[in-house]
Amino acid sequence: MVYLTRKIEFSASHLYHNPALSAEENRRIFGKCNNPHGHGHNYTLEVTVAGEPDPVTGMVLDLKELKTILEREITQRMDHRFLNYEVAELQGQIPTCENIAQVIWKLLEPKITQGRLHKVRLYESADIFAECYRNGASQA
Amino acid sequence: MTHPLQVVFGRRYRFAASHRLHSDALSDADNQRVYGKCNNPYGHGHNYVVEVRVSGPVDPATGMIVNLLDLDRFVQSEVLDAFDHKSLNEDVETFRSLVPTTENVCKEIYRRLRHFPLAKLERVRIEETSNNAFEYAGEEIQDRATVQ
Repeated sequence: MVYLTRKIEFSASHLYHNPALSAEENRRIFGKCNNPHGHGHNYTLEVTVAGEPDPVTGMVLDLKELKTILEREITQRMDHRFLNYEVAELQGQIPTCENIAQVIWKLLEPKITQGRLHKVRLYESADIFAECYRNGASQA
Repeated sequence: MTHPLQVVFGRRYRFAASHRLHSDALSDADNQRVYGKCNNPYGHGHNYVVEVRVSGPVDPATGMIVNLLDLDRFVQSEVLDAFDHKSLNEDVETFRSLVPTTENVCKEIYRRLRHFPLAKLERVRIEETSNNAFEYAGEEIQDRATVQ
């Protein structure tokens, strides 16, 4: 099994606010991430696909193909957008790294038909990230 | 039913510390041969980067596995307060009798963080420099944390 990783970057704004909680609770839990007009990040997304290299091409999947999928499914949807208001898949959720990573997984998983989506890791900054993979899969 | 996706939250921290690699079980000549300049008698330092990964259910009310401020406080009190701007050999009890290689530092950090009460510790990765890194997931520790 070979694990192939492709990285993309996108920039987006968001804020953390749960309408079921009081203003004070929102402030206490989310701190400055609760500022009402939002703020932004440069996100880095690493997508790992696992598979055996094709004996003819030597590729798990064509990186150009993966790049096209990532641009169509992620960049066009999220880059230079306000995640709370402009990304339908995040409606009703707090757009934390944990939730965005899961949305990205669900968007990409059915589109990757050569090899198998293995891991999605989303950095909000160099020091904060969330990743997801199938339960029981290796953390490679 | 088990959720089909495992979600992990990761956070990186930094500390600066000095150490000297020297084993009392080896002769001076062997120490020099094994550890090279890392055996120089007065020690030397690094800017370490520690990556802590925790897992657990994502709370629908917050969208979080754990509030990073809670994780930050725990890592600060359990690890950074003890390690940052210290001599690992002299100031950290464990390394008075254990060589503070980054392998051992990685395991010690895992040991200190494994009872984090708000999420399950999955893995500790430590970079001694930007060119070498070590990871530990607690495989042989019996009382690993369990998520509630």
